[in-house]
Amino acid sequence: MKRVLFIAVLAFTMIACGNKKGQDKGLTGSISIDGSGTVFPVSEAVAEEFLKVEPNVKVTVGESGTGGGFKKFATGVTDISDASREIKEEEIALCKENGIEYIQLTVALDGITVVVNKDNTWAKTMTTEELKKLWEPNSTVKKWSDIRAEWPNEEIHLYGPNTSHGTYDFFTEVIMGKSGASRTDYNAVSDYNVAVQGIENDVNALGYFGLSYYEENKEKLNAVGIDNGNGAVLPSLETVASNEYAPLSRSLFIFVNKKSAQRPEVEKFVNFYLENAPKLSKEVGYVPMPQSGYEKQKAAFSKVLTK
Amino acid sequence: MKIKEKLIELILKLCAFITILTTIGIITVLLFESISFFRSVSIFEFLTDTEWTPLFSEKHFGILALVSGTFLTAAIAIAVALPLGLTIAIYLNMYAPKSFRKTLKPILEILAAIPTVVYGFFALSIVTPFLQNIYPDLETFNSLSAGIVMGIMIIPFISSLSEDALFAVPKSLKLAAFGMGSTRFQTAFKVMVPAASSGIIVSIILAISRAIGETMIVAIAAGQQAQFTLDPTIPVQTITSYIVQVSSGDAPQGSLEYKTIFAAGLTLFLFTFSLNTISFWIKKKYQEKYE
Repeated sequence: MKRVLFIAVLAFTMIACGNKKGQDKGLTGSISIDGSGTVFPVSEAVAEEFLKVEPNVKVTVGESGTGGGFKKFATGVTDISDASREIKEEEIALCKENGIEYIQLTVALDGITVVVNKDNTWAKTMTTEELKKLWEPNSTVKKWSDIRAEWPNEEIHLYGPNTSHGTYDFFTEVIMGKSGASRTDYNAVSDYNVAVQGIENDVNALGYFGLSYYEENKEKLNAVGIDNGNGAVLPSLETVASNEYAPLSRSLFIFVNKKSAQRPEVEKFVNFYLENAPKLSKEVGYVPMPQSGYEKQKAAFSKVLTK
Repeated sequence: MKIKEKLIELILKLCAFITILTTIGIITVLLFESISFFRSVSIFEFLTDTEWTPLFSEKHFGILALVSGTFLTAAIAIAVALPLGLTIAIYLNMYAPKSFRKTLKPILEILAAIPTVVYGFFALSIVTPFLQNIYPDLETFNSLSAGIVMGIMIIPFISSLSEDALFAVPKSLKLAAFGMGSTRFQTAFKVMVPAASSGIIVSIILAISRAIGETMIVAIAAGQQAQFTLDPTIPVQTITSYIVQVSSGDAPQGSLEYKTIFAAGLTLFLFTFSLNTISFWIKKKYQEKYE
């Protein structure tokens, strides 16, 4: 009797499974994404939402920095590369060498945010010159009072992204005028949450990273207003979108391998990305482009597909 | 039958050779990549410069900055593990009841079985805030709490191996000491510890070697800032945590930055290799003495 029951159950399950298979025409396959730790929260959020629509597509999102991501992208290891800066000459060359063609799509806007501890009562605003003095190579600034005489005579502890991050390249380019020019005696983190943790527990700490990491930790950190000669502006969704928060506002990109884009799961994912980026980028603390911007990106992407 | 025997022997031999070949392979790769590194950077600069900034645009290649971080954390770890580990070993050997010893020893060894990433997180999120209560100037990433936690991790190395060494001391010595009217304390420190000293030293050296090579704890809790310092309250970078940083995708393969990890790895290997050689040598000498 038991055996009969067992067979019956087995048969029933098989029928059920077979049925399901027949009805569900979902996509399968896997998509691998790596790159900027700044873009990571957006890509991760999109991947999570995508999973609800296409549960059989495996999407992995890494965060080894824009530079680290391009290294994998240029050798065909990843399908999509997150980037918080433009692609560099040598990276383009590497892609060519390996026959990788790609399309660059803008997914959101960001403002690099300078943050300090919640109990820091003095550093409310800083000028771009002060930032330069603080972060330039061989900077002599050791104490807060070296920046402004009235600030405390306490050692300043610095946190920033390490050299593989697009945030590092962008910040140094905008503030120092040369990409990669930075003092070296700071805590160079690969994961921004480490910087958040360091600054949160240290009243004399200062650091910089993408707006979303500040938005996510607003109760633990203070943002510093940046004065570019026209009065201090705090980074926010509004000031970044209007480009008032200058010069530290920037665009965030994804780079899609054209060959990978031919795969239906990648095509659907990228379109899904562009459709949901306005909502999701805002959710994780970035600034969406105007809707027309996303339409343009979608049009550019569909052009690649029909070619 | 004979063929079967031969076959088994061959398989066993092969297994032994695989480990030897792996070691040789690693050493060869380390040497080759290091040689091509030293073609671009002079050994003199490597050994005397006190700044280590290969990933930045202004490059310095002073391994001392990483070596100082490595030794600072290891020294703190040993300062914690040595007194505790030795006390535990003596207690287990001389004082603890037999049944208690049998249960306590495996429990202690669990310490060595906890994943080091757990220790690292423990150091960063519990030990550091606790130490900051006592000493507020302590930075979030520092070698002190990483070293202390690493010390806790290597306690079993010292306690277990030292206890084995104490256990191996001929019973006659212990009984003779008791017979002479020595107290337990006198027997422990005047007879047993000196008699087992070489075994104890070996255990300490192995623990140092383990501490120098430890990676996750320092990568998480000690920071990522290479500086030539002996100040335990500020962030440091050890050789191992630098290698982690670079190999997780920081430097393009074949570049000078990439080769630095082999030069750093070779340095680390030389340290641990010489420590292991010393301990091997002491062990050998010790055995000669007692047989």
